[in-house]
Amino acid sequence: MDIIRGVFKMPRLWWLISLILLVLLATLPLYGSAYTVILITAIIMYVILTVSWTMFFAPTGYLSLATAAFFGIGIYTMAILGEQLPLLPAVIAGGLVSFVVALIVGAITLRLRGVYFTIFTFGLVELIKHLLLFWEINVTGTRGRFVVLENNNTIFGVILGIFVVLMLTYYLLRRSKYGLALRSIGENEEAAAHLGVNVNLLKVFTFALSAFFMGAAGAIMATRWTYVDPYVAFNVLHSFLPVLMAIFGGMSQLYSPIIGAVIFAYIEEQLLTRFPEYFMLIFGVILVVAILYLPNGLVGLVRKWWQKGLREENVNS
Amino acid sequence: MSILEGEGVTKYFGGLAAVSDVDFHVDQSEIVGLIGPNGAGKTTLFNTISAAIAPRPGVIRFKGKRITGLKPYQVCRMGIARTFQSVKVFNNMPVFENVRLGSFFGTATRMSSAESAKEAEELLDFVGLSAMNTTLAGDLTLVNQKRLEVARALATKPELLLIDELMAGLNNTEVAQAMKLVTSIRDKGITIFMIEHVMKAIMGVCDRIMVLHHGVKIAEGTPQQVATSQTVVEVYLGE
Ligand SMILES: Nc1ncnc2c1ncn2[C@@H]1O[C@H](COP(=O)(O)OP(=O)(O)O)[C@@H](O)[C@H]1O
Ligand SMILES: [Mg+2]
Repeated sequence: MDIIRGVFKMPRLWWLISLILLVLLATLPLYGSAYTVILITAIIMYVILTVSWTMFFAPTGYLSLATAAFFGIGIYTMAILGEQLPLLPAVIAGGLVSFVVALIVGAITLRLRGVYFTIFTFGLVELIKHLLLFWEINVTGTRGRFVVLENNNTIFGVILGIFVVLMLTYYLLRRSKYGLALRSIGENEEAAAHLGVNVNLLKVFTFALSAFFMGAAGAIMATRWTYVDPYVAFNVLHSFLPVLMAIFGGMSQLYSPIIGAVIFAYIEEQLLTRFPEYFMLIFGVILVVAILYLPNGLVGLVRKWWQKGLREENVNS
Repeated sequence: MSILEGEGVTKYFGGLAAVSDVDFHVDQSEIVGLIGPNGAGKTTLFNTISAAIAPRPGVIRFKGKRITGLKPYQVCRMGIARTFQSVKVFNNMPVFENVRLGSFFGTATRMSSAESAKEAEELLDFVGLSAMNTTLAGDLTLVNQKRLEVARALATKPELLLIDELMAGLNNTEVAQAMKLVTSIRDKGITIFMIEHVMKAIMGVCDRIMVLHHGVKIAEGTPQQVATSQTVVEVYLGE
């Protein structure tokens, strides 16, 4: 038992496990079916949205519902620039446009606190959607756009790359003094400011950083959907699902939101194809149960069992 | 030389003048007390100094430089730290991290991780919390939370420390300890401006005392002068 406990305290082993999982994932197109590649692409997309949402929410407590807005901005950036730019620069452009929009929006809204911030970010999705609709209909005279199609394996590779960069970023952020400062903002903004933290800058920058990954994910996913219009691109489900997935998995550990997103996204894909009519219902039930009985998410629950098991083991030995 | 000066500092909340045309100064290495009945405007005056709110009108200077219009984090990095009347520790963070935050962000010069860790250890030792490094701040008693606020403020390496009611709610022994703490902070060369209701404490440690009443400065002087001032006695008896 001691060995197992030691193992879980050893970050080096975590690195090793992550690396092995990553190699298995990266080589998936060599041994997996086309269906598996597409399924896992969809799951990683949700993981990216969930982790980047968590990156801002978990320390600060600011609940943003703008995920769909930044994701949609990425989609439209690809729809517009996809033909002029090579794939990778277009994906990065999707992230950058979202980053810049988030900087501007953040500078305006992060003075708002609590539910006002949440409602504003939610309104942002609708606002951008309708601005875009208006623009497309009245100025460019289009309703939707075709996006350059990419090969499934390429899409998979790019989305995996975005995921890896995101996880490294989140890992470094959490460990850095800025991670500490973000948590202090979540605890007491006023005290943080009086201890020398540039609260507004840090909040706005982290918000924009999370938006970068949402935008990049949107840009690459657009190449899978071939045709997008503002309704598809700015779907509010993309704001809600990451929140639910993060709650489901928990947020205390680096990997908790990943677990939540993977399980949830897998269930979602299965339910959507098999029981589309029950999807939202089952979804709702799972959520209510998660909120009521899993205050620290699934990961929190498993860790509790794990620690209880260890204690009993110690008593017995 | 005055490290801190205020001229005509005023702050209205709606029609109420919480602070009204107050001139004040704090000299280098002094311990200055700020007293007055509840609602007199003491905390509001501290808020204008630490830039939580801007005086309107009024000018505040720190080491000769105008600080009105700056942000709280800028004022902190210039060398003014504060504690809060209603304790604002980071409840879900260990004591040690509460202090480290101050040394990471509040100092004028950047500090390495190792330096800040050493600094935090020393400061926790200084305020008597070294045994509680890993305790969550929210699990501390009120006295210890107040000590933590002092350590956290000191971690920003201030030249001027604003202390808002450190001793409220403490028993006699704790008050005595707090008084010793205040004097030993001054012995480190840090100037102190403190709000306090515990008269024994304020009379014991302050070089000079200012009295606010309804936002107006009504008296100022040595502890003896203030204690025997007719106006001050009337204000306190009239309460
Ligand atoms: N943020 C605020 N908004 C409105 N009124 C305030 C605010 N802060 C303080 N006041 C009012 O200003 C007056 C002075 O308050 P305060 O400075 O806290 O007094 P003290 O610290 O001397 O007890 C009080 O009447 C209080 O109600
Ligand atoms: Mg007060």
